[in-house]
Amino acid sequence: MIDQLSWKVGGQQGEGIESTGEIFAIALNRLGYYLYGYRHFSSRIKGGHTNNKIRVSTKQTRSISDDLDILVAFDQETVNLNYKELHDKGIILADSKFNPKRPEDTNAVLYEVPFTDIAAELGTSLMKNMVAVGATCAVLDLDISAFREVVNEIFGKKGQQVVDKNMEAMKAGYDFLKEKLDESALMRLAKADGKKRMFMIGNDAIALGAIAGGCRFMAAYPITPASEIMEYLIKKLPELGGAVIQTEDEIAAITMAIGANYGGVRAITASSGPGLSLKMEAIGLAGMTEQPLVIVDTQRGGPSTGLPTKQEQSDLMAMIYGTHGEIPKIVIAPSTVEEAFYDTAEAFNLAEEYQCPVIILSDLQLSLGKQTVEPLDLSKVEIRRGKLLQGELPETENRGYFKRYEVTEDGISPRVVPGMKHGIHHVTGVEHDETGKPSEAPANRIAQMSKRLRKLENVKFNTPVYKNAPHEEADLLIVGFNSTRGAIEEAITRLENDGLKVNHAHVRLIHPFPVDEMLPLIQSAKKVAVVENNATGQLANIIKMNVGYAEKINKIVKFDGNPFLPIEVYTKCKELF
Amino acid sequence: MATFKDFRNNVKPNWCPGCGDFSVQAAIQRAAANVGLEPENLAVISGIGCSGRISGYINSYGVHGIHGRALPLAQGLKMANRDLTVIAAGGDGDGFAIGTGHTVHAIRRNIDITYIVMDNHIYGLTKGQTSPRSDAGFKTKSTPNGSIEPPVSAMEMALTVGATFVAQSFSTDLKEMTQLIEAGIKHKGFALINVFSPCVTYNKVNTYDWYKENLVKLSDIEGYDPSDRVNAMKTLMEHNGLVTGLIYQDTERKSYQELLTGYSEKPLTEANLKLDEEYFKKLTSEFV
Ligand SMILES: Cc1ncc(C[n+]2csc(CCOP(=O)(O)OP(=O)(O)O)c2C)c(N)n1
Ligand code: SF4
Ligand SMILES: [Mg+2]
Repeated sequence: MIDQLSWKVGGQQGEGIESTGEIFAIALNRLGYYLYGYRHFSSRIKGGHTNNKIRVSTKQTRSISDDLDILVAFDQETVNLNYKELHDKGIILADSKFNPKRPEDTNAVLYEVPFTDIAAELGTSLMKNMVAVGATCAVLDLDISAFREVVNEIFGKKGQQVVDKNMEAMKAGYDFLKEKLDESALMRLAKADGKKRMFMIGNDAIALGAIAGGCRFMAAYPITPASEIMEYLIKKLPELGGAVIQTEDEIAAITMAIGANYGGVRAITASSGPGLSLKMEAIGLAGMTEQPLVIVDTQRGGPSTGLPTKQEQSDLMAMIYGTHGEIPKIVIAPSTVEEAFYDTAEAFNLAEEYQCPVIILSDLQLSLGKQTVEPLDLSKVEIRRGKLLQGELPETENRGYFKRYEVTEDGISPRVVPGMKHGIHHVTGVEHDETGKPSEAPANRIAQMSKRLRKLENVKFNTPVYKNAPHEEADLLIVGFNSTRGAIEEAITRLENDGLKVNHAHVRLIHPFPVDEMLPLIQSAKKVAVVENNATGQLANIIKMNVGYAEKINKIVKFDGNPFLPIEVYTKCKELF
Repeated sequence: MATFKDFRNNVKPNWCPGCGDFSVQAAIQRAAANVGLEPENLAVISGIGCSGRISGYINSYGVHGIHGRALPLAQGLKMANRDLTVIAAGGDGDGFAIGTGHTVHAIRRNIDITYIVMDNHIYGLTKGQTSPRSDAGFKTKSTPNGSIEPPVSAMEMALTVGATFVAQSFSTDLKEMTQLIEAGIKHKGFALINVFSPCVTYNKVNTYDWYKENLVKLSDIEGYDPSDRVNAMKTLMEHNGLVTGLIYQDTERKSYQELLTGYSEKPLTEANLKLDEEYFKKLTSEFV
């Protein structure tokens, strides 16, 4: 019995690799296993190697695994590119159609299975994926009836015959391989708890969080890896009377979202690096005019078009400092799908409370990695609208403009929205006085600039840092943000097994930086390792700038387009001792 | 009932004396009163330029945003609150250079707002460079040897991308301008009104007199029918775009909001933000 398994299917893009992985994963998720997926894909639709690596476990996992148990290959390229991940007892299931060759420098066993031929015999070679899933079940010694429900859902629309054919294809794959496997080759998974949990990507959770957080309008322009947020909301917001507009570009997207927020509706826009670069001027407008605004940045490999379908975390500095001039801005970085849900919902509260742009920073692996998710609790989602005035307003002094930018102690001014009587004021990106009228007077400039920036002094965010810090005095503190959480957690388990005392801090509120939370953790650690998917160590630099202790801080960076594996974090941390 | 005086505020415009934009301001104020608006139900969203300052000179809600982006701001606002009357306004650089993409797509989209371009064939605020509406040969600081690019045929462009309301006016004709803005506000869809609004400081060619000599009133063309798109295009081409009046209106096509599936009849601002527990359960169950 094993309690976890790593399975990968690969082939040419457009060959149904995605759906093979999907069917396999959904069925196992329904059995109560925890799944964690990683898609390797290129910026093209047909052709090019693609693969889908799925980890199955009886416990929650938040990282891809270091090695691989089963590789399902639809072409030789898949074998060649991925066999090195297989451990000594690993198995390659390869379509006999391409006369697969087993590389010499591996102990993994290669089984040829006529995926395509079996499928073709049953009617259509399209079903080769099902044959492959069936063959996988043979290795797992898993009853294929577990798949009937999923196959029904996917193919049911096409009629009972199609469902039956697909089940038959699975069975044929199962039977073909079963005969060839001896007992020692089987990989039997320990039984899962049978609980039905959600299986979703981070972008689904962000979109769901937006809906729960009261968002009723979105304007966006498609881009990898952010589009799923728009695609989900375009299906759901109309059910709530809301709307999504696919705009002509990202500048239109963000300015529309600003217009809607100014109007009093919770509105969102989402993009990745190239789009965020285009949005920068408008982010400044929202900061200067104190409009609430929620923006999602699903980071991918930069700069420029960079590695558009690959993992990276290199927008950090741009999100904190991007836009000319100085504005108040909040940047939050959820590290799990669950956090992505709650943080997105909360972002709408922060945006209204502090009347400024709030950026939800995600990364490709968090946004697109499909995984099993514990139930989300709507009752934990609050709706707080800050100083938004409602109901009838009193007449203004001398019937003048409403003091929308009144200088207050906490820097936050009362807010009204168009349509409200006695609320008329001006809004301009030009420096302005308390009523919004342009003013260049130095004293006014200082008052307004200070007021805006003062808003960030008291930002309240529930868990600014996710901490797992059992040691009062630690040998090592590992710091990360976004999707590196799982890899760090697994590395820590191994480091602790080696006798090291290791604390973990995952920064969830990136800006304003949670100095008070981070300082004691850094002080009480002999060394600090900051793990991040970028080349320059941006988070490490931010920590040095805000907290100090530069001599303790070590950068562990990876920028080849792939997420960290636990073993990589472990090895790099070991090198520090 | 508000009168045009209720749309005045106490801010003194910083436009040069004689600038065409003064009467555009007056026309908006009159039109707003004429259609029966109260100041709080109007929002004027403007771009950046001399013209862009207009939102600060009208007693209504308003945003003076960023260069070229008045239209998406205005569309977002209208989507948030469909009961508001939203007017976008800006210069020819704003609408036909940096913001051209938004102009084209706002026209196609046909959200129910009114867009007024104050077209002076020059960049006023940045002190006299060529604009996409400047005529070929026009000498400016940035075209010392005369512009070698032909101007954007703005009205023709609007017609080709599916405009449902296209009008043009001249800033001395307060009456016509006011009527066209009123019609634009009442039009169910996107209304584009280009106003020749002379810059007396930097454009010494396209002056008040120049326009007076060159503009043709559509009302003087016998039998001109603004519902005839082909003829509208032909007339524009025959007169090099120098016509005033209602050029084209399609009263049949539905606005974006009317065509949207599921979009609330009530302003989105009135939406209940608390999500129903049952509905949330349904959403999450779709992921199991
Ligand atoms: C992104 C950006 N680029 C450039 C400018 C500088 N700028 C301000 S207004 C303007 C052009 C103004 O011309 P127009 O839109 O025709 O307005 P006018 O002043 O003539 O009314 C320019 C280039 C700016 N504000 N923002
Ligand atoms: S520079 Fe020209 S456009 Fe600007 S205010 Fe003066 S006259 Fe008007
Ligand atoms: Mg101009």
